[in-house]
Amino acid sequence: MRDIAIVAFAQSDHLRRTDECSEVEMVMPVLHSVLAQTGLKTSDIGFTCSGSSDYLAGRAFSFTMTLDGVGAWPPISESHVEMDGAWALYEAWVKLLTGEADTALVYSYGKSSPGSVRDVLTRQLDPYYVAPLWPDSVALAALQAQALIDAGETDEPALAGVATRSRGDAADNPHAQLPGARPQGDYLVRPLRTGDCPPIGDGAVAVVLAAGDRARDLCERPAWIRGMDHRIEAHSLGVRDLTDSPSARLAAERAGAFERPVDTAELHAPFTSQEVVLRKALRLGDDVRVNPSGGALAANPVMAAGLIRLGEAAARIQRGESDRALAHATSGPCLQQNLVAVLEGEAQ
Amino acid sequence: MTAAPSPEVLRAPLVVEFPFTRSLGPVQSAFLTGLRERTVLGVRTGDGTVLVPPVEYDPATADEIRDLVEVAPTGTVTTWAWEASPRRGQPLTTPFAWVLVKLDGADTALLHVLDAPGPGAVHSGQRVRIRWAAERTGAITDIACFEPYESEGDGDGGSGAAPGTAAPAHSGLFDDLVTGITAPARLDYVYSPGRAQSDYINALADRKTVGERCPSCAKVYVPPRGACPTCGVATTDRVEVGPAGTLTTYCIVNIKARGLDIEVPYVYGHIALDGAGLALHGRIGGIPYDQVRMGLRVEPVWTEGARFPDHYRPTGEPDADYDTYKELI
Repeated sequence: MRDIAIVAFAQSDHLRRTDECSEVEMVMPVLHSVLAQTGLKTSDIGFTCSGSSDYLAGRAFSFTMTLDGVGAWPPISESHVEMDGAWALYEAWVKLLTGEADTALVYSYGKSSPGSVRDVLTRQLDPYYVAPLWPDSVALAALQAQALIDAGETDEPALAGVATRSRGDAADNPHAQLPGARPQGDYLVRPLRTGDCPPIGDGAVAVVLAAGDRARDLCERPAWIRGMDHRIEAHSLGVRDLTDSPSARLAAERAGAFERPVDTAELHAPFTSQEVVLRKALRLGDDVRVNPSGGALAANPVMAAGLIRLGEAAARIQRGESDRALAHATSGPCLQQNLVAVLEGEAQ
Repeated sequence: MTAAPSPEVLRAPLVVEFPFTRSLGPVQSAFLTGLRERTVLGVRTGDGTVLVPPVEYDPATADEIRDLVEVAPTGTVTTWAWEASPRRGQPLTTPFAWVLVKLDGADTALLHVLDAPGPGAVHSGQRVRIRWAAERTGAITDIACFEPYESEGDGDGGSGAAPGTAAPAHSGLFDDLVTGITAPARLDYVYSPGRAQSDYINALADRKTVGERCPSCAKVYVPPRGACPTCGVATTDRVEVGPAGTLTTYCIVNIKARGLDIEVPYVYGHIALDGAGLALHGRIGGIPYDQVRMGLRVEPVWTEGARFPDHYRPTGEPDADYDTYKELI
C-alpha cells in the first residue's frame, strides 16, 4: 500500500455568526492557505473532495457554490460527501490509495448561524419513529449523559472538568470560538449544562493529502496516515448501549490504533459526556494528551469539526509535538458513527 | 473601478417546509396501525430479542425479521433528560422529560417523552405507562406521552406482556392498515447572501448593476458571488456595468406560468451588459417576439419601486457584431 500523509492544514477563525461572508467567501482563505503552504496550484491537485450539508444552508446543492473557491476550470476531478469533511478525507485517502491521484485537496465548512442547528439536526433522525418528536441534538446527548451517570461512569463535576480542561487548552488556539475556561452555566437539557455543550458557530477547514515522496517534497515532517476506518451503529437509540461506543472501538482497531500507544488524541466529542465514552472505547490512558486544541467544546462548526480533528492531529505531528496521534470524527446522535485515523511522524 | 465599500449585510427570512410522504413496510405498517388501535407491537429477532419499536431487519445480523409480538403499554425508564424549554414540534408544551422506555416484554427501548411535574419526579428505573392521544392516525405521536405509573393494576388498554413474561405473538393484522405517513418538516432560517451579493443587491436599489473583476483573469462577474470560479480567488474590485447590453441568445416562451401576468409568447434571453464578462438573464419586451434576434442592443426598464429591472427593451442602436459577443453566449 502507498504511504499517504496530511501535508497541510488550515482552519478559519470560528465565529458565532459570519453574515458578511457567503460560504465561498468563508472557504476561500483556508483553501488559499493550504495551497500556499505546499506551493501547489489548483491545477496541480489530483483530486478534490468536500464535505458539507444542505440542511445548514437551507438550500439544495449548496456545496456547488463553494466550488467557485477551488477554481474548477479547466475541469477537475471532484467529489462531495453530505457529511463532515473527515469522511471526505476518507474518500480522498482511498482515491490516493488506488494510485489514481498523488495529491488531494479536502475541505469542508459549516454555517450553522442561518438556522437553528438544534432543529436542523433532528432531520437526520429516523423519520418514522423519532423525527416526528423533534428531539434535538442536546436532548439526545443528555440521554447519553444520564445513562453514563446512572452507570457510575461519570458525574456532573467530572463533566465540568472536561469542559474546563478543553476550553483552557483552547486559550492557545487562535481559531477557537470559546477560548479559556468559563462557568458551566445552567442546565440546557438536564443533566447537561451550557458548559457541557459545544458552541454554535460557523467555520471552514482545508487539508492537503499527498502520497509517498510527493508528501516529503511538500512538507518537512508529513503526518503519515497509518490507518483509517469508520463504523456505524444501529439507527435506533434504544437498541444501543449509550454508555459505550463499539463502532469507535472497532474503527480504532481496524485503523491500527491499538497496535502501539498514541501520545495525542484529537476527539470529536461535541458534548463533555461523549469524551467519557470515547476515552473508554479508544482505551486512552491518562498519559494521552486529549484535545490539546480545545476540541469541539471550543469550536464546533458542524461538518468541519471532524476534519479539524484530523488537521489538528496532523499539525501537531508536523510541529514535532507528537509522534503518533489518534484523530476521531463523529456523526449522528450520541456518537452513532465514528471515524478513526492513526497518524505518525517519522523519527526526528 | 473602486474598492468594494464596507458591506451593508442583507438578511431575510427563509422557510424551508416540506410534507414528506413516506410509505411503510409490513413491520412499520403493523406497528403504527397498532398504535392507532392502542396496541404496541414489537418484532422478535432470530435469537429471541424483542425490538420495540420494531424494524424490518435485525440490526445485528441484517436478517429480515417479521415475527410480530405484542408488548405492554407499561414499561421502565432506562435513561432520561429534563427538557425545561420545550421547542416547536415536540410532544408537550410544558417542561417534560425525554425518556428511553423499555416496555414490558421488550428488550430494547423506545424514545418518547414523560409528562412529569419536575426533574425530581423522574429517575431511571421508574415505572411508566403510555398516555394515548385522543385522536390517533397511525403515527408515533399516537402516543401522546408517557406518564408515571406506580400501580401494577390494569393499564388503559392493550393486553401485551406483563413484566417478566414472554410477549405473545401477534398477527399484525388490523382493519384498514396504515400504509404511509406524512411527516411535515419545517426549518426556519435567516439568509444572508454575503458581502458580494449584498453589494449587488444594494446597488440595484440605486438602479445600478455592479459586477466584480477577477484580479487574475480580469473577467467581470455579474452578479458577483465573491469568487472567480476559474481562478479560485476573491473578486474584490467592484465594476459598474451596463446599463445597456447585447442580447446573446434567447428563447420564446409559449406556456404561461401560473400567477404570471405576462402574455405569451414572450422572449427570455441572455443579456451581456456592456463591460460584463458573462451574460445574465431577463425578459425582452418592447418588441414583437418574432422580431427578436441575437445581437439586439437592449437596456433595462425599471418599474416604480422595483428592486430589479422588469425587462429589457431595444435601445434602437444597430445590432452588435457577432464577434463582439460570441464568447459570452
